[in-house]
Amino acid sequence: MNGNPADGRFGAVSRRSLLRGATALGTAALLPLGSGRAAAQPKQGGTLRLAMAHGSSTDSYDPAMLENAFAQLFATARNGYMTEIAADGSLTGDIAESWEASPDARVWTFKLREGVTFHSGKPVTAEDVIASLDYHRGEESTSAAKPIVAPIVEIAADGPGTVVVTLESGNADFPFVISDYHLPILPATDGRIDPLSPDGCGGYVVESYEPGVRASMTRNPNYWKLPDRAHFDAVELLTIIDAAARQNALITGEVDVIDQVDVNTVHLLQRAPGVQILSTTGTQHFTFAMDTRAAPFSDNNVRLALKYAIDRQELLDKVLNGYGALGNDQPVGPSDRFFADLPQRAYDPDKAKFHLKEAGLDTLQVPLSAADAAFPGAVDAAVLYSEQAAAAGITIDVIREPNDGYWSNVWMVKPFVAVYWSGRPTADWMFSTAYAAGVAWNDTFWDNERFNQLLNEARSELDETKRAEMYREMQLLVRDDGGVVIPMFASYVMGLSDAIGHPEQVGANWTLDGFRAVERWWFA
Amino acid sequence: MSDIWWMILRRLALGVLTLFVVTLLIFGAIQLLPGDPAQAILGQAATPETLAALRTELGLDLPAWQRYLNWISGVLHGDFGVSLANKRPISELIAGRLANTLFLALYAAVIAVPLSLALGILAALWRGSWFDRAINVLTLSSISFPEFFVAYILIFWLAQSGLFPSISNIPPGAPLAEKLYRTFLPALTLTLVVTAHMMRMTRAAIINLLASPYIEMARLKGMGPTRVIVHHALPNALAPIINVVALNLAYLITGVVVVEVVFVYPGLGQLMVDSVAKRDIPVVQAAALIFAAAYILLNLAADVLSTLSNPRLVNKR
Repeated sequence: MNGNPADGRFGAVSRRSLLRGATALGTAALLPLGSGRAAAQPKQGGTLRLAMAHGSSTDSYDPAMLENAFAQLFATARNGYMTEIAADGSLTGDIAESWEASPDARVWTFKLREGVTFHSGKPVTAEDVIASLDYHRGEESTSAAKPIVAPIVEIAADGPGTVVVTLESGNADFPFVISDYHLPILPATDGRIDPLSPDGCGGYVVESYEPGVRASMTRNPNYWKLPDRAHFDAVELLTIIDAAARQNALITGEVDVIDQVDVNTVHLLQRAPGVQILSTTGTQHFTFAMDTRAAPFSDNNVRLALKYAIDRQELLDKVLNGYGALGNDQPVGPSDRFFADLPQRAYDPDKAKFHLKEAGLDTLQVPLSAADAAFPGAVDAAVLYSEQAAAAGITIDVIREPNDGYWSNVWMVKPFVAVYWSGRPTADWMFSTAYAAGVAWNDTFWDNERFNQLLNEARSELDETKRAEMYREMQLLVRDDGGVVIPMFASYVMGLSDAIGHPEQVGANWTLDGFRAVERWWFA
Repeated sequence: MSDIWWMILRRLALGVLTLFVVTLLIFGAIQLLPGDPAQAILGQAATPETLAALRTELGLDLPAWQRYLNWISGVLHGDFGVSLANKRPISELIAGRLANTLFLALYAAVIAVPLSLALGILAALWRGSWFDRAINVLTLSSISFPEFFVAYILIFWLAQSGLFPSISNIPPGAPLAEKLYRTFLPALTLTLVVTAHMMRMTRAAIINLLASPYIEMARLKGMGPTRVIVHHALPNALAPIINVVALNLAYLITGVVVVEVVFVYPGLGQLMVDSVAKRDIPVVQAAALIFAAAYILLNLAADVLSTLSNPRLVNKR
């Protein structure tokens, strides 16, 4: 699948036929060669016990909320989505078998896969798809996915197996957008879904759920992806918030997989017998965001000075213990198909001083707000940054903010703050979430005319080459004019028992194989 | 005896009054927290529109006094309301967690109370001996370390060797024996944390009495030290011991959130912390009320029991 929207069809080779072929050849033949364990054949059976650092007693089934990784992975395990982001970052069909766009990328027609049923046995129809998307739309909606579905003007069924979505303006990435974990397809009655129902059409059926504690599931015997997916007979998800408790649970064999291994102690865990470490670097990145409306950050020379005054390598080595990749002051990562390989910006106190002089300043003193709620190690990162910036004559006063209420009282309130972004699967999605002028999460309040114009044009541009050129220019603009210092992309670091097998390529769009470890992994 | 009943009634009435003041304090304290449930639930994903919509839906746009009255009248009718975060009825949410908390507290108490009484009596009996010193050093060090440290040490010794599970992962419907096995480490941690206090109080109260003339009399009659302590000193030392036991029991119910987190035990403390983080006010209020009630009831019980242990107070002239 080349993902070229110019011909309007993504689904010509369905993921299933691809996998069926691949299974015949042996999965390893399709994928780069690697260690024997990872490339071994999937095998059915066993109960996966997976412990996550998230999960709160305030969680619920409601797809409009899903605000932590536990809820998100749990939703992905029990639900089906229109499309799925494959491990290599490309898009494949899920409930939608194929899709095509009108020439202006404004009207999208999705053909639904036949024979997909909910756990209750009810077949998935266009009515369910419409109700599921409608749930997040409209004035009353409190859904976190509201901005994603806001451009939808109309959703209509064309028979039971076809859904036609009309957008207010063209969006070549729309099939990517609706793979979002907030948008599962749920059964509809009288045109409405029950958001608190555990029913879904995913690989696992919910047996019991205690928010903030555990969720137990068994394999859906009618899952349409069988036998290529859902290898475990049953799955038990646990919340273990304490990092040491989580690692102990893995070492003592209480669980088979843990997420969020503490990067400061990962070498100790690696020494434990029967444990393997898996790390993936995708779109997750950490930023220092400046309010570009407020002095002194309104001057681009000040912003550039601050960008040259940070030693990204040292931050990566010390804060992430090397588990990550260097950032380049723009949020599009190497896994994105429109990633432009711009020259890496390096630590250069002299250049920083030069830009300060250009701004008419000899010294600069700015406060930087950080808390570990922004990202683990944010306070340490801010302190390191302040040490590095001192060499350029910049004084950064690190303000340690309370974790509690960080996102409402500090982020987008204070002028210079540490921020966490999980990233987005497409460049357009990332840019229109946090860099377009006036959008709700534009945390730098950046407003660049050329950028905004390019963003709108590129969104409906169906020619891949032209599009790539536009995204290159946008990345350049964010890097050289934007209000954000991006020191690093952070890896997802997971601990696995040696008994666990997984495909050679592991999805990096989210932790745990893009939240799909539950159905993509197996007991070797 | 009717004096006792009067006292219980009076104390209960005072307890209800205290609870009422506590509700005011809880409600007022929660109003002081920065941010509101709508912001906390939506987190980074909040936009002004979703915030406004969620606030109206949750009734947060009403003035504070009106929300207080709504809540308190609900509580008086036995209705704690529904969680703002996930719409589950709070009584159901709390019932399971409270049962877990009480189970763990009881488990720890069943080990800790007899253990510390016995150790305290023995330490008093062999005052100044190596046993007395060793017990003092051991219990004092276990109370001096932070709970999570004690917990990690126990995990290191008892869980990594495979003797006990490192997390209290109890499948629904597990038999009691399995529950006891899986929650042994948290119970042991709590035991270590509370033993010193009760043991030292027992020891001190008894030693205090050993200097009194009637004990000397008993000794002069030719009684053995065990009989002197158990039959003559202990009954008079009960009042302070009962009080410190009650205080520790209350602690076992209300103060074990760190142990819950380390051993992944789904108790009330974790629920309350989650709910504070999400500003799930009704749940926080309900949990705080339960904690306050636990303190009041245990103190009441301690008062009644220590009164009963003293014949001078029971049979007033």
